[in-house]
Amino acid sequence: MDDLESRAKQALADIGNAATLDALDALRVGLLGKSGIVTAALKSLGALAPDERKARGAEVNTVKQGLADALAARKQQLEQVELDRRLASEKLDISLPGRDGERGGIHPITRALERIASIFARLGYQRADGPEIEDDWHNFEALNFPPHHPARAMHDTFYFGDGRLLRTHTSPVQIRAMAGRQPPIRIIAPGKVYRSDSDQTHSPMFHQIEGLLVDETSSMADLKGTLTEFLRAFFERDFEMMFKPTYFPFVEPGADVIIRWEQEDGSSRWLEVLGCGMVHPNVLKNVGIDPERYTGFAFGMGVERLAMLRYGVKDLRAFFENDLRFLKQFA
Amino acid sequence: MNFSENWLRELVEIDADRDTLVRALTMAGLEVEDVTPLGECLEHVVVAQIVAAERHPQADRLQICQVDAGLGQPLQIVCGAPNARTGIKVPLAMVGAKLPNGMAIQAAKLRGVESNGMLCSAKELAIDADASGLLELPSDAPVGQPLATYLGLPDASIELSLTPNRADCLSLHGLAYDVAALFGSAVKLPAAVTVPVSSDVRRGIRLEAGKDAPRYLGRVVEGIDPSARTPLWMAERLRRAHLRPISAVVDITNYVMLELGQPMHAFDNDALHGDIVVRHSRSGETLKLLDGSDARLDEGFVLITDEQRVLAVAGVMGGHESRATETTRNVFLESAHFAPAAIMGRARKLGLHTEASHRFERGVDPELPRRALERATELLLAIAGGKAGPILVAENIADLPRPAPVALRRARLKRVLGVDVDDGEVTRIFTALGMQVTILPDGWQVIAPSSRFDIEREEDLIEEVARIFGYDNIPTLRPSGALALAVEPETRIGELALREQLAARGYHEAINLSFLPLELLTRWGFTDELVSLANPLSADLAVMQPSLLPGLIEALRHNRARQQERVRLFEVARVFAAGNPPRETPSLAIVACGNARAEQWGEPSRALDFHDLKGDLDALIAWGGEPSRWSVDATSLPAWLHPGRGARVMRDGKTVGYLGALHPQLAKALDLGADVHVMELALEPLLARRLPLARAVPRFPTVRRDIALDLPEEVRWSQVEEAVRQALGERLQELRLFDRYSGKGVEQGRKSLAMGLILQDASRTLTDDDADRCIREAVAALEQTCKAKLRG
Repeated sequence: MDDLESRAKQALADIGNAATLDALDALRVGLLGKSGIVTAALKSLGALAPDERKARGAEVNTVKQGLADALAARKQQLEQVELDRRLASEKLDISLPGRDGERGGIHPITRALERIASIFARLGYQRADGPEIEDDWHNFEALNFPPHHPARAMHDTFYFGDGRLLRTHTSPVQIRAMAGRQPPIRIIAPGKVYRSDSDQTHSPMFHQIEGLLVDETSSMADLKGTLTEFLRAFFERDFEMMFKPTYFPFVEPGADVIIRWEQEDGSSRWLEVLGCGMVHPNVLKNVGIDPERYTGFAFGMGVERLAMLRYGVKDLRAFFENDLRFLKQFA
Repeated sequence: MNFSENWLRELVEIDADRDTLVRALTMAGLEVEDVTPLGECLEHVVVAQIVAAERHPQADRLQICQVDAGLGQPLQIVCGAPNARTGIKVPLAMVGAKLPNGMAIQAAKLRGVESNGMLCSAKELAIDADASGLLELPSDAPVGQPLATYLGLPDASIELSLTPNRADCLSLHGLAYDVAALFGSAVKLPAAVTVPVSSDVRRGIRLEAGKDAPRYLGRVVEGIDPSARTPLWMAERLRRAHLRPISAVVDITNYVMLELGQPMHAFDNDALHGDIVVRHSRSGETLKLLDGSDARLDEGFVLITDEQRVLAVAGVMGGHESRATETTRNVFLESAHFAPAAIMGRARKLGLHTEASHRFERGVDPELPRRALERATELLLAIAGGKAGPILVAENIADLPRPAPVALRRARLKRVLGVDVDDGEVTRIFTALGMQVTILPDGWQVIAPSSRFDIEREEDLIEEVARIFGYDNIPTLRPSGALALAVEPETRIGELALREQLAARGYHEAINLSFLPLELLTRWGFTDELVSLANPLSADLAVMQPSLLPGLIEALRHNRARQQERVRLFEVARVFAAGNPPRETPSLAIVACGNARAEQWGEPSRALDFHDLKGDLDALIAWGGEPSRWSVDATSLPAWLHPGRGARVMRDGKTVGYLGALHPQLAKALDLGADVHVMELALEPLLARRLPLARAVPRFPTVRRDIALDLPEEVRWSQVEEAVRQALGERLQELRLFDRYSGKGVEQGRKSLAMGLILQDASRTLTDDDADRCIREAVAALEQTCKAKLRG
């Protein structure tokens, strides 16, 4: 009897020392297996007297339970060690780059243009569009540029043999958007425009965004408010800002918007960023809108200029070289 | 236009410093482009005379001058200027002077000879750019007078960048009115003069150009002194206006133009024959101009002629033969009005841009010719003597522009500007600008001065009020109008979303100029329906792009030449085709080269191929939700595509674009390899998207059966797909190709395709027998239509 007890005691120590699952299993077989000592002890119960058998049975079961618990606990321990070892061996170099993670990007001009258009979309301006190959009426005459007017000389124009031209600004979209429609009108018209001029600061093709609002109440004060808020929204900051009188044939009064731009060296300078004004009554008349009943304002901006300021691009020509080392900076 | 600040200050009270003046001009719409300060730091610089000059014994290029600076004793000064000589008057910087360039003048020894000051060039004094020698002053310059006093310095040359509507400010008098309005002061203009007539020399003038030339005044001044020199004060004012002094007569006409705004011309009266005739040009006429060039005139010009020949192009430039020269004793002065429409664009047509044309095409005060002629005569007589003949006038009053009254309603002013401007202020602004104002119950009625060509309607007056009142004083508000909610169709994919999709697939967006060289297009085979510019900047920028690919491939080449082996670019822009009107089609193009995947560590690399690009196409198509409307075809490919590795893309059977490998010949010509693949599609079909219409999810499971087929090489996958679909109809849920093989184990000229058929029935679970039957039907169809054999 004491024999089982003492062997069990030894077995508990062995279980605690078992180094592998195999060793542990061997112990289990030796204790609880068919010919294990506990099994043998249970078998030997049959030879005892009934009352003795009961008491002894309880003792053996206690020993059995104790050993089973110890085996299970040790097994769990060893499994954990085993798992830890395996997991340790499965360690990856997680710093290796992932697969197919490369992406391309949107051109900075598109990026700036879409940002501008979306700001105005939130103010209820709808997108409008027109052809890049325009006729004289839409590009000039309807916008109050008479033939040979000196104001045309400010637009170095590309012509085609048939008298058509490449639009020199996005303003003709005003004419197309207003024709056959009545106010209220709020449109924003982004697109390519062309001037026959090419040097460090001029590209023969560039992008403009034209905005137009016509309704019964709009005023120069509203124009100032709209553009002031727009510039703050686009650059996400406040500026010193001025509206400076200027002349565009299709607006009156007309203005250039200039902002005080801080440069890298800490100095600042005034920069023209927008042209704008109250839509000229002649323009409204040209598209069949009553200038007595309706007033409106229009504005136009060069996307390249705004993108250069926003993203710190120094050279206009970089936009059209399509050098990946440039483009990847905007991915 | 450039002008002298001091001159302006003589004509109008300006209680403000230079910076304030400059800012005020800019903020009134008269933009100051540049300010050049002149003659600062001229303390201790005086008028002096060289009374003796001898060669420096130790230096050939230096002279030792004795200079009278009004000190009683001449100063000894060593000078290296080539024009230093006895008798001339020049500026002397005395000891103690500190010149604008920072040089401090001290007593010094030059090669052993004492020198007590420095004789100066115009450049050294920052008066002018001329550094060729000493600034020679007129002989009557008072010795010892501070040079600044003598030259009216310091001053500034202010450059205005005037908008075309403000021709009235192309003169000092015109500018003075705006400045008076801005500073609340009054102009101080000299009164008009009338010069007494002292000869009776006349010349007939005939106007034959109708309303293009409604007024022409002339006058003969006889017996002027051809050697007379332009006085210094006038030369200085011209110089500060960036007009080079030429000769007394020409300088006087230029001066009057600057002062009053009237371009004038001086003819040599002895070179004229008979009457002056102002008429339109005729085909084939020519004239040798003042600048020596020959102008072909043809029709459309107004000419000044006499009874024998063409003398001048009205409002543009005079002729060479009849010009006043250094020997002219008798001049004929012209002071005329030409209509802007008759001058607009004419100088440009001759490749010219002159002070006269610049003013006349913008509009010159029609009431100015007489006043200007009198003023020029006054100056001419004072400077060069002579006897003035009577003013000769030809005019058609009815054809002259006459300022009409324009009304401004108080309510309209407020509505357009969004601010109340005080009535008194409005009246003051109009009055200060030289307008005649009548107060009406609801506003004002204004007659603009005849110099203003930009006051025709109410808005013009509103602008005048706004710019003098100050844009800064207009409040900043939000528009209050009603907003209509814009409806955005869900069946259209946004262009930006499409671009983002391509960026996510590894492509960078490019933007090319829309013009291409004809030569490049010819190489690609784009020869039909080209749209060419009549006036391109260069041959490289001559043709509107008929496709985005040539430009995009050039961008790819640009990058390849800069160590970028793997290039992925796309562009969204319009392509152009001839027509009436020309057709503009928004287009999407993609170019790619290099390995299929970016270089990486985990998988073997592989060159990009046709099906990589087709995968991009499939992804774009899938987005629209209607892949069954799209198909590809290998026929009728453009010349720039590889005939075996190219495809025509169709939507609803209509060609919308192409994709594939570049044709090897073209690739070779462009110095590119076989890895370059391209795609170009019309944008609109790609943006169309199906509005989803949900169906119930199938209730019964699918069954998958895999088969491998042995087929002739030329059978296309689309034929296999079609045959299986035909055979199985709706029971075929999906057909997945998972292997394609040819080579060992497959007969020459044949290939093996392994595919999985995903089967399903909407009404019940398919049994194994059902599935087997489906496979038998499919294989039978394939055997029949595709010469397929089931592989074991």
